[in-house]
Amino acid sequence: MQNPELDGHGVTSGVTRRRFIAGSAAVGMAATGIEGILAARRAPAFAQGTRLNILRWVDFIPACDIELKRQAPEASKALGAEVVFEFINGNDLQPRITAAMQSGAGPDIIQMLHNWPHLYQNGLVDVTDLGEWQGKDQGGYYAQSEAAAKDGKRWLALPHGIVGLQFAYRKSWFDEVGQTSWPKTLDELRQVGMKLKKKGHPIGQTLGHTFGDAPAWAYPLTWGFGGAEVDKPGKKVVLNSKETVEAVKFMQAFWKDACDEGGFAWDDTSNNRAFLSGEIAATLNGASIYIAAKRGQDKIKDEKGEPMVKDIQHGPIPNGPAGTWAYHVAFSHAVMKYGKNPKLAKDFLKWLHGKEQFGKWFLVADGFSVGSTKYWEQSPMWNTIDAPMRIYRQAAAASRMIGYAGPPSARATEVYSKYILTDMYAKACQGTKAEDAVKWAADELGKIYG
Amino acid sequence: MTRWLESERLLATLLLAPAVLLLGLFIAYPFVMGVWLSLSNTSVGNVGEFVWFRNFVKAWNDSIFRTAFGNTFFYTFWATIFKLALGMWLALLLNRSFRGKRIVRATMLLPFIVPTVLSTFAWRWMFDPTFSVLNWLLYQTGFITTKLPFLSDGTYGMWCAIVVNTWRGMPFFALTLLAGLQTISPDLQEAASLDGANGWYRFWHVTWPLLKPVTVVVVVFSIIQTFSDFQLIYVLTGGGPANATHLLATYAYQIGIATGLLGEGAAISLFMLPVLFIVVWLQLRYVRRLEGA
Repeated sequence: MQNPELDGHGVTSGVTRRRFIAGSAAVGMAATGIEGILAARRAPAFAQGTRLNILRWVDFIPACDIELKRQAPEASKALGAEVVFEFINGNDLQPRITAAMQSGAGPDIIQMLHNWPHLYQNGLVDVTDLGEWQGKDQGGYYAQSEAAAKDGKRWLALPHGIVGLQFAYRKSWFDEVGQTSWPKTLDELRQVGMKLKKKGHPIGQTLGHTFGDAPAWAYPLTWGFGGAEVDKPGKKVVLNSKETVEAVKFMQAFWKDACDEGGFAWDDTSNNRAFLSGEIAATLNGASIYIAAKRGQDKIKDEKGEPMVKDIQHGPIPNGPAGTWAYHVAFSHAVMKYGKNPKLAKDFLKWLHGKEQFGKWFLVADGFSVGSTKYWEQSPMWNTIDAPMRIYRQAAAASRMIGYAGPPSARATEVYSKYILTDMYAKACQGTKAEDAVKWAADELGKIYG
Repeated sequence: MTRWLESERLLATLLLAPAVLLLGLFIAYPFVMGVWLSLSNTSVGNVGEFVWFRNFVKAWNDSIFRTAFGNTFFYTFWATIFKLALGMWLALLLNRSFRGKRIVRATMLLPFIVPTVLSTFAWRWMFDPTFSVLNWLLYQTGFITTKLPFLSDGTYGMWCAIVVNTWRGMPFFALTLLAGLQTISPDLQEAASLDGANGWYRFWHVTWPLLKPVTVVVVVFSIIQTFSDFQLIYVLTGGGPANATHLLATYAYQIGIATGLLGEGAAISLFMLPVLFIVVWLQLRYVRRLEGA
């Protein structure tokens, strides 16, 4: 029996030879990207058994990881390759990256935090085409995302999202000590923190070796007093300044007067636990505290037995003498050079970062992770989200990048990875003179930049 | 063919080859690689160039390295002393006959059997800055009025690490010393008793001299393990607060693996080599002297 779809020349019925040739050429040209997949209307012919491994942190919003796992089979179907996610502790990502790059084997795509792509740039596939596409498709990047993943003209990784960090605080406890609105200055924060600590509800801030909360406080605090790591060209270390010393002196007093002094040994989850168990009155954090309190409101109650979420508000880092900046953590996905299927990896990223897929993940994140581009500020989600969460909508715009005032560089990442700024504050709060702590940190920076 | 098989030299080569291959692959190669890395400026993703001893000089001028270097000696010294004293005490107790001796001996092995990471996590929870059960207990029993900063103070943190290391390492000392004690003839103890020696004299003049060879071996092994300890500090304090509890191994890991400066990390870890070399050399010398005696 003759195949009804084929005519005598072996060409699909209803398609002329000329149209077929033109169509084939279009498919061939577009086959370098997701357009190719869509044009062909079937998964590309990747070798059977092809697998794409993606390594990410364990998200503070567990539903985000669940959503990615849910999307994995869809991606597998669209790409014709098995897509597998692996999630590990955020603190363990850097060691895994080093091990994978040195052994030349490991996940095809690895999630990068901060400006890590600059440190690992020699091991990453150029994703400039994707970087340009995403920026144009989604309304342009926040400066933070671009600084984290772009080296001059070349995109080292594809920006994914930004985790905004704001102070979560217990409204009723602030009211009790006469502070009915979020403090406008750092000094006001210290004053109210003093009263709160006396009542047994200190402010919680980690000065430990953590990947998120500690740098998100140490860097903006330095900037708030006018301090900077290096000059604008990124050549000269300027950390040892009157401004930085003032920032450190403030921190010494703030620590003693207002903070839970156990914070030296806190990791990124400790302040979440301390806040949700009613131990601390405020802490600089992503929105995970609010979201956890909301999703677990049957169990997480305040001292009156009411759901704690009703008593949680958010506020930005208050103004220092030189203003206020935040350090919101930029996330990106890097395609590893040692991978066997860089094209497949890039196709997958285009699929994952596209409006449709990212949009679903963005909704699940509930404001904890926002987009790396401004398009996502217009999401209808912001109209229905709880009032305390609205502060995260445009927060990413007010962020500086580590290594300020210099351009993004691997050296800034090295300073971050060695926890030098965090330790500068930790040393001072443990009794080292502010001037000596700053000098120590500046010397360490000098060794890196020198 | 027969002639080939009868050749002693060939047979010896054949029989030794697997061992040489394994030693070369798993000991010599990583060691040589480590030495090469330490003399180069290799970093993650970048092939290094030979830089002579620049990494060692840089490490020596690094204040965190010096802290880690001092900490490693402090930690090893005190942990070994405690393990030896408590292990000896436990071994002497277990050497006596009492009901349930076997169960006690088996239970004693628990800290040694449980994976270090797991047991250290448990200790970390006990020392937690906010939710420490030890603080709660001390507060409820009226011993303290404010929380003790177990892991949030450098000095406390170091002593906490020493306590955990002692807890974990003591069974190794106790069991090995117990084995040594059981080789000592009870007749010697009896004879000393008849001569009027009290407990201390019997220990010092009879037990200790006979137990010394075993003790030296155990102490040397323990020094090597403790000096290069990594897991315990990594899980318990991560080297913090403010680098106050870093050991050479954890700092080498932070620089080499987490920060990606493989050359500098290798140089830091190689600082352990001369110390451990001296320890092993002393041990071999002692063992040889015993064999000669």
